[in-house]
Amino acid sequence: MMRWLRHTLAVLAWLLAAQPASAAFNIFACEPEWGALGKELGGDKVNVYIATSPLQDPHHVEARPSLIARARSADLVACTGAQLEIGWLPLVQTQSGNARIQIGQPGYFEAARQVTLLEVPALVDRSQGDVHPGGNPHIQLDPRNIAKIAAALSERMAQLDPPDAEYYRGRTKAFLDRWQQAIARWEKEAAPLKGMTVVVYHKNMTYFEQWLGIREVGELEPLPGMPPTTAHLSDLLARLQKEPAKVVVRAAYNEPRAVEWLSEHARIPAVVVPFTVGGTDQAKDLFGLFDDTIARLLAVAK
Amino acid sequence: MFKRNLIAAVAALAVSGPALAQDAAELAKIRAEIKQLKDTYEQRIQDLEKRLAEAEAKAGKAQATASAAEQSAAQATTAVSAAASARSGENAFNPAVSLVLQGTYARTSQDPNQYQITGYVPTGGEVGPPVRSFGLGETELAIASNIDPYFRGTAVASLAPDGGVNVEEAYFQTLALPQGFTLKGGRFFSGIGYLNAQHQHAWDFQDAPLVYKAFLGNQLTQNGVQLRWVAPTDLLIELGAELSSGNQFPGSDQNKNGIGSTALLAHIGGDAGDSYAWRSGVSYLTTSPNGRSYQDVDSLGNPTTNSFTGNAKVWVADAILKWAPHGDPTYHNFKLQGEYFRFTQDGTLVYNDTATATNVMGSLDTSQTGWYTQAVWQFYPQWRVGYRYDRLNYGTVNNGIVNNGLATAADFPVLANHSPTRNTLMFDWSPSEFSRIRLQFASDKSRLGFTDNEVFVQYIYSLGAHGAHTF
Repeated sequence: MMRWLRHTLAVLAWLLAAQPASAAFNIFACEPEWGALGKELGGDKVNVYIATSPLQDPHHVEARPSLIARARSADLVACTGAQLEIGWLPLVQTQSGNARIQIGQPGYFEAARQVTLLEVPALVDRSQGDVHPGGNPHIQLDPRNIAKIAAALSERMAQLDPPDAEYYRGRTKAFLDRWQQAIARWEKEAAPLKGMTVVVYHKNMTYFEQWLGIREVGELEPLPGMPPTTAHLSDLLARLQKEPAKVVVRAAYNEPRAVEWLSEHARIPAVVVPFTVGGTDQAKDLFGLFDDTIARLLAVAK
Repeated sequence: MFKRNLIAAVAALAVSGPALAQDAAELAKIRAEIKQLKDTYEQRIQDLEKRLAEAEAKAGKAQATASAAEQSAAQATTAVSAAASARSGENAFNPAVSLVLQGTYARTSQDPNQYQITGYVPTGGEVGPPVRSFGLGETELAIASNIDPYFRGTAVASLAPDGGVNVEEAYFQTLALPQGFTLKGGRFFSGIGYLNAQHQHAWDFQDAPLVYKAFLGNQLTQNGVQLRWVAPTDLLIELGAELSSGNQFPGSDQNKNGIGSTALLAHIGGDAGDSYAWRSGVSYLTTSPNGRSYQDVDSLGNPTTNSFTGNAKVWVADAILKWAPHGDPTYHNFKLQGEYFRFTQDGTLVYNDTATATNVMGSLDTSQTGWYTQAVWQFYPQWRVGYRYDRLNYGTVNNGIVNNGLATAADFPVLANHSPTRNTLMFDWSPSEFSRIRLQFASDKSRLGFTDNEVFVQYIYSLGAHGAHTF
């Protein structure tokens, strides 16, 4: 017994010694977009760990051992909030043994608190599918939201890491200048998308549509979070024959089969959008995310 | 409009003041000029209005660069107006409440009341199959909330189908200890092994593996404290220790001061690529049962009581590997898990047979092992199939009472040499993450000389707050 304990302690000591003694500010980003934003604002003063991949449905993530380990050393957990991570994050927080990132602590940042949420359900009941009581949490596809969140995230980083506060503020100002220019450019480029009718897989494009005046005419999911059923798809197809849509859109993480089926039967193009940073090869950063999303929709808008 | 006319008039006066005393032609010219000016100003004012609108839009954007405090204040106002009714009043701090409904339809070839794992000391736990025909399972009511910035509280009550409430778990947990430590206290599921800490409704099969039934009385509940530490490494390294009263099998009610049972646990885990995640661990439990007793029959069928006093130890090695393409389990996923148990006891056994007025004592040393392995595959969204193989190895059972001829092996039928096996197959369908319906077939050779062929249909529904799922 004692020998076992001694061996364990020896292994632990070795493991601890093997860790880089880095004093960087550790950001644990729940989704890739907040990881990308953290890198934009934090530059080389931050270490960013991204908990989920762009090919992962952000609603269905497991509290994997790696997430608990990374959350243990995080100085800031940056997440969407609005109950998007409710299936895994509370467990990661309590199991990490990290007091800094608990709910209510400055080390826990919810992006959704910085913006006005759309589609706040009038009826909070699971008969309506996987509804989020606070509203639609897929806020990152409106660049004006990103600007608000960047300002708040930068202040939070400055608060938690005072020695680098000015560095973060400087980078944030530079980022927001570029971002405002990019928004103006995108709004010009995306002018032909105004009034375009789309069918989406999940209601995860709402903020993007609202920003550019795109009209959503249907969803492949019968209810939020419920996979498409044949009955619902044929209803949707019948509806589209009366009121056609220009395109059917899915996020990179949504399963392609139902989208392809509808595309073929309704004779409308199917488009995959990155949805978050890394969702496509072109969406390398936040700028690329919007460049690519707009380009992919423009390609079928004509 | 009035404002515009006024501006136009003032402008006209200012511009054309000296021309007022001229003749009618001049007047007409002035009128034309005024009209022109008016039109121009209309145009300019429209332009101004447009610019104002644009400026307003820009101001909206510029808000982003405003201070975070201002924004959160604005957000707070929005939030308050949206949720004013929900957040006022005494119930604003209501904890998260959830309820799990469970039930089965069971068909078994053997009488569930005769269930026995021959060869292993009966645990007194609820290890038998569910009742035949329709049966209600445990209804679990869970209430959890942060208590203050320092503690979180959780209580899980299980409502038994035939009445009565059992406190499954009721514990506090620290939120603010430094250096990766978490302290839990009260009653909680022990962290030993892999499945033990999970609630039954989260298991992939209707029942526990045989090792849990034979060596932990189905599931080990601790009354005590647990200290866990997570290492500051990228690989998950988690160490834990539990001190408890040890009143549950393999311990017993000890009625003594101090610590009745100690458990040590170590887990490591991480990702392998972006599609695999794993966790592995070893756990150790030691306890000193005092007069832990079970009922049996002697060779003539008279009831006997056997009570054990001594030491009992459990070693567990567990491993789990999960696969999901790019970490997204929504469409397909696969889960492979296994646990190996080693259970040893050494101490004295008191054998009491009132019919033959025998009350003798002897040593009892046992060393037994067991394992299970299971695989669950989600082959289609919402649909899963799983297979589990269970085995217990009788190992060595040194019964001093038999060795010394004070009684015969036939007087200990429960401890007869037997190494049970079980094959289990299940299919389940989960229309959403809050509902699951399962069909399970098992061929269970736990009882010496009998094979119990079981068919269960089980439902699990969870209502209320969205609980997070453990890995």
